[in-house]
Amino acid sequence: MIELKNVSKKFGRLSVLNNINLLFEEGQCVALIGPNGCGKTTLIKSILGMVLQDGGDIIFKGKNIKNDYEYRKHIGYMPQIGRYPENMSIGQVIEMIKNIRQSNNNIDEELLNQFQLTQMFYKQMRTLSGGTTQKVSATLAFLFNPDVLILDEPTAGLDPLSSEILKEKILKEKQNGKLILITSHLLSELDELVSHLIFMQEGKINFYQSIETLKRETGEDKISKVISKILKQQN
Amino acid sequence: MNRIIKFIILDIFKNKIVLAYTILLAAFSWSAFSLEDSSTKGVLTILNIILLIVPLVSILFATIYIYNSSEFIELLLSQPIHRNKIWLSLFIGLSISLLSAFLMAAGIPLILFAESLVGFMMIVVGCLISAVFIAIAFLSSILSRDKAKGIGISILLWLYFALLFDGLVLFLLFQFSDYPIEKMMVGITASSPIDLARILILLHLNVSAMMGYSGAIFKDFFGSNLGLFVAFMLLICWILFPFLLSLKIFNKKDL
Repeated sequence: MIELKNVSKKFGRLSVLNNINLLFEEGQCVALIGPNGCGKTTLIKSILGMVLQDGGDIIFKGKNIKNDYEYRKHIGYMPQIGRYPENMSIGQVIEMIKNIRQSNNNIDEELLNQFQLTQMFYKQMRTLSGGTTQKVSATLAFLFNPDVLILDEPTAGLDPLSSEILKEKILKEKQNGKLILITSHLLSELDELVSHLIFMQEGKINFYQSIETLKRETGEDKISKVISKILKQQN
Repeated sequence: MNRIIKFIILDIFKNKIVLAYTILLAAFSWSAFSLEDSSTKGVLTILNIILLIVPLVSILFATIYIYNSSEFIELLLSQPIHRNKIWLSLFIGLSISLLSAFLMAAGIPLILFAESLVGFMMIVVGCLISAVFIAIAFLSSILSRDKAKGIGISILLWLYFALLFDGLVLFLLFQFSDYPIEKMMVGITASSPIDLARILILLHLNVSAMMGYSGAIFKDFFGSNLGLFVAFMLLICWILFPFLLSLKIFNKKDL
């Protein structure tokens, strides 16, 4: 569904992505993990076309995304730190995006209701707490029933209850056969969700494996233990 | 795209600065005509406003607005919208707001009091100058990620075009007064939109006689239909060139 071929990106002299080759298929739920600054967000942003790669190609459903933008209607993106026009209210932001997308797909307002955002529609974006902003981001990502969900640190800043709601929603969409990409540092949260694991280090893919294979090979049950075991073996 | 433009215009109107700009400009224009006894003097006063205040407000407001829209731009970028559309919508939205402010504030008194041809020229030139400085604002705000630096570049550019350029031209005229540089001066004028606008209006006010020998050459060139056409085209280029350059940079920018 999404294929990355030899993707590389440099910010000045710093090489952030270094010949990345990846293939994502429908129904996968892929966790993208790695230390801070290893290029996770840059990788996500290049799939979205927000960062333009220096070399290589990104193929989305068989089409190169270069000079294309229509493909983004199949993607729901939840940024790490959502930045919204400050003088708009929650309702206006959601209305505006609906207006711009004019999507004919059935609109999915499940999160909107579960997060009880409708009661805060009049609140201005600048007055919102970090967690509430995250809720708005999550709602927008799931709103148009996209085929691909890209979630950058989805549960960071959310209270346990909301975080649980979001996880339930991710699981549900995974069962609907959608491709889900998640970056997270909270490995324990990923246990129930992900089917595949990518470990990035300094702009390179260290490994990309299905969870079952990894668990079988290491004999561990938890993702955090799997990773620490692999890293120890490599050293 | 229309939806985005509509959205931007509504947002600008909610921000009361453009309203204040309209009221101020209207107060200046009406008082210019009611205080002066001849309409030519009134037009000259308004000309100075058009050449100083309109560029300043256009460039500063546009620059700050673009920086403040960074979140908005980021939000739109993750949606299925072409980058060209986002940048162009911002430009059109800002232009419509500032141009309609100018038309309402200065346009109405100009139509009522000035000679029809001069009044019309002033309105067209005022609109073009607004658009030119909005386009320059787009260029200076894309050149730097730092807001303070971007606004600084805008202020410096305004200073250069509105004040320094004149001094530079005078300096050249005096230094090379022994040489026949008058024809060259026509060319140099083209490199400043404000000077271009000033000469266009002055020639139609019949005060070009005060501009001496070089005035005669200007009249020779800009007074003819061809000269008028060239001057307007140059002003249009002053809109297109900075904007298209900024669009090119925006299309390649990482956000």
